[in-house]
Amino acid sequence: MYGLGLVKGLMVTAKNLVLPSRMMTVQYPNRKVGLLGLSKATGVPLPKLLLKDPITSVKSLLGMAEVKESLPQHPRFRGEEFSWYEQRCTGCASCAKYCPLGIIEIVTSESGDQMQEGQKYHLDKFDIDIGRCMFCGLCVEACPYDALHMGSGFEEGTYRRQDLVIDKRKLVSAKKTPSTWFRPQLASKKYDPHKGKNVKWDGAGRHEKPSLEQQQEKWAKR
Amino acid sequence: MTEILILRSGFDFNGIYGFFDEFMPDSLDWLVFLITSLILAIVIINAVVLSTALLTWFERRLLGRFQSRLGPNRWGPFGLLQPIADLVSLLTKEDTIPEGADKPIFTLAPIVFLAPALIVFSVIPLHGGSFLGNLNVGLIFVIAITSINTLAVFMAGWSSLNKYAMFGAMRAVAMLISYEIPMGITVVAVALVAQTLGLSDVVLAQDIPYILVMPLAFLVFITAASAEMSRTPFDLIESDSELGAGYHTEYSGAKFALLQLTEFMAPIIVAALVTTLFLSGWRGYGPIPGPVWFVIKTFIVLFGFVWIRASWPRLRVDQIMGLAWKGLLPLSIINLFVVAIEVFIFNPGENGLSTTDLWIMTGVNWGVTIIAIFAIFNLLGQSKSERPVPVISPLANMYANTNTVKKITDLAEAE
Amino acid sequence: MPINTQPVTINLGPQHPSTHGVFRLRVTFDGEQVIDVEPVFGYLHRGTEKLAEERNYVQIVTLTDRLDYVAAMTNNLAYVRTVESLTGIEVPERGMYLRVISSELQRIASHLIATGFLLDELGAFHTPLIYCFRERERILEMFEMLCGARITVSYMRPGGVLQDAPTDFWPRLDDFLTSMPGYLDELEGLITENEVVLARTRDLGILSAQDAINASITGPVLRATGVQWDLRKAEPHEVYDRLDFDVPIGSVGDTFDRYYVRIQEIRQSLRMIQQCVAQIEPGPVRSKAPYFIRPDSVDAYVGTESPKGELGFYIVSDGGISPYRMHIRAPSFINLTVLRELLIGWKLADLIVIFGSLDIVVGEVDR
Repeated sequence: MYGLGLVKGLMVTAKNLVLPSRMMTVQYPNRKVGLLGLSKATGVPLPKLLLKDPITSVKSLLGMAEVKESLPQHPRFRGEEFSWYEQRCTGCASCAKYCPLGIIEIVTSESGDQMQEGQKYHLDKFDIDIGRCMFCGLCVEACPYDALHMGSGFEEGTYRRQDLVIDKRKLVSAKKTPSTWFRPQLASKKYDPHKGKNVKWDGAGRHEKPSLEQQQEKWAKR
Repeated sequence: MTEILILRSGFDFNGIYGFFDEFMPDSLDWLVFLITSLILAIVIINAVVLSTALLTWFERRLLGRFQSRLGPNRWGPFGLLQPIADLVSLLTKEDTIPEGADKPIFTLAPIVFLAPALIVFSVIPLHGGSFLGNLNVGLIFVIAITSINTLAVFMAGWSSLNKYAMFGAMRAVAMLISYEIPMGITVVAVALVAQTLGLSDVVLAQDIPYILVMPLAFLVFITAASAEMSRTPFDLIESDSELGAGYHTEYSGAKFALLQLTEFMAPIIVAALVTTLFLSGWRGYGPIPGPVWFVIKTFIVLFGFVWIRASWPRLRVDQIMGLAWKGLLPLSIINLFVVAIEVFIFNPGENGLSTTDLWIMTGVNWGVTIIAIFAIFNLLGQSKSERPVPVISPLANMYANTNTVKKITDLAEAE
Repeated sequence: MPINTQPVTINLGPQHPSTHGVFRLRVTFDGEQVIDVEPVFGYLHRGTEKLAEERNYVQIVTLTDRLDYVAAMTNNLAYVRTVESLTGIEVPERGMYLRVISSELQRIASHLIATGFLLDELGAFHTPLIYCFRERERILEMFEMLCGARITVSYMRPGGVLQDAPTDFWPRLDDFLTSMPGYLDELEGLITENEVVLARTRDLGILSAQDAINASITGPVLRATGVQWDLRKAEPHEVYDRLDFDVPIGSVGDTFDRYYVRIQEIRQSLRMIQQCVAQIEPGPVRSKAPYFIRPDSVDAYVGTESPKGELGFYIVSDGGISPYRMHIRAPSFINLTVLRELLIGWKLADLIVIFGSLDIVVGEVDR
């Protein structure tokens, strides 16, 4: 009959109104919680919460209490904060060559250091201009020594464009929570960067770090 | 304090006038009149604007839930302060007037738009009587006043010197005037059954809510009213996907705030009118006071409006005009005729129609409603619903240079 | 008495809510009636074809993400297939299956966007749009699992795909495949039988099969006219010849058919993914291909069925590490050829709906 389609449409929207499983909003960065949600989020049992913090309890009843929340992300997420290990980097500048935008600037000078294998350059400059970066990950794909990894975060807002140029100092001091994107060695360890655990330089490589004897043996052969 | 006063039935024009008149000399009657009007104006404006603010929050939260998202929830408890944040945002913006616009009309339009909405609210009976007392021509007053906003929309659209605004305004004039007619005819039917033109008396006459007595009138009224206030599926005046914003394209700042305020006020007024005319106003059951019943009923109607807005797309201009002239006008006339014949047969005396009469009318009118709607809409719409079965066009053959079909059959055979 | 009317010219766009980006239509109206249309584009021109001449064959993959930005996977597929045909690089089995799975998922996402925005332009207050986006969101989450990004995926490489799917991808895909038909039914309940939608879209903007072929229109717009033409069947690539699927066609060629063909294609895509999941076997996903590809001095054109139509890349190589010239046959752009003929005579509201039903993405129109 004419008009049934309209009623059917109304029923569909009503179904979505009633069913809570249809909600898709993730409240970022803070989620509003009620009293029960607050005790669940903080892990404090309800009676204890009421006694300990009555003001927050009242606030949560009014819908004004907040807890931290963000969208769950896969460990492979190609994030903004590059993880770069100076100890692994040989300064070969593969990343700079492979970058489609040419935003990685590397200046090297000769040095006699030998961290693992092969000659290593001294890195005078390692800049990534992430203000122009499109996070394609080609630099990470290109890195033969697993020195450069995609990061996991995305909260790197700044007020000025020039602050978006990450220089060597920033890269060294940054949090090392690399993404497992194109790094099967991290994925096979079930590493999840969003849990906040840092990865040291010797844990990020494709191969285990050789023991001292193995290294000495290798050097003796040369 | 004013909120409590509103709930008392004595808080109307005559009551306040009498209160001040007692200790004022007769020579100062004009002053008493002025003070009374001022108090009433303040009360009405505050009540209406606050309830509109609440409605915007209600509508946005509800729409959010319909669309499986949250709606405003950041400012204040459950996002209740969101309207205030919006207002501050709008008022702090620059109030621009486009170059070449008709400045006086451009400035006047929001005021002309707002005033009728406020005035209509003064005659709607919340409990016993309205703010202006029991106006004995309330129905005519409401119909007359609400048609002014057509003028305001046209003023806004015309004076903006913007083609989008002009389109919106032209659509508004065509549509709003068309929908006045079925709306007016249904209101005549209501007046006929209630045997009065006063809004309070209409409520008092509803021993059975008129939604049961005249379902056809209810449907026509609510359709025409949602077109009058240009809500989905009739929101072509400011159809955002076609015209951007319609008649208020060029407005900003405080003027835009006024226009938006009035637009959100319209559902409240329509819902209050529907409650008064068809849902027996403040009358209810049990110990719950009348005004509370009134608010509950109003919110049920508002929920319906939001539900429809969340579900249906918009009709086209000619379809909307067609619906008014080919659908609603015949329906409203059928309703008027049936009701008039029934009233003529029952021939009510001084006390109006009795409850028995109303029940008999209910039975008859439901039958008439179903037949009439079925007849009219099947005539209008059903003819086009059949579509041909898809036939593969001979112009292209995608299996021409491949052996896809063969490969699939090979796979099936291998299995 | 004749009324003297004056035609009004309106700029719809480049800043307009319904022009799918920065597209501009200079329309002349007689009242509400459209009497002349002149499309103006180029506002989103980024010179992709020129940029490609300065990048090597792998780096261009990142550029193709940004052509049709709601269907990056199929853009990648179309491009890498051209490079493979240029150089003769082989693709391992599992890589082909992953390509098909990801590009069919992308087709679903793209069609959901087309449907949602069409309904938005019909005036439904964002409700169908948000339902569509809710389901698309789950596809994007799966893309994030595959390749770490949601929109600009850069997943495919000449010689396969970048990396294998993680283990937690498959349960998520199964969950999606089981629940999606139900959601699709629900979406159809909101749209397909809705009288307002039918009144607005039926017999609106009819395109005949002859006109469509003459204007070299492809994709759902062509299939809505009744022409059964799908490159996945006509020139089966990847593993499409091992999959059993239908090519849905429309009956009249109006706006409703264009919408309905897309909905049916979503169902077919789900069917295809189901078969792929059943057929896929472990193995390598990427064959050994040099990073700096140096094809011989040849040219190649390969067309691929993208959600909008036939997306073709024509690459001329001079033997160097980057193409000498790359041309993109963008389906959105070529589907716009009939725009003027489709729109004239209809009303303003219809103009928006017909334009929306063609489902263009300005990133691809302007390139």
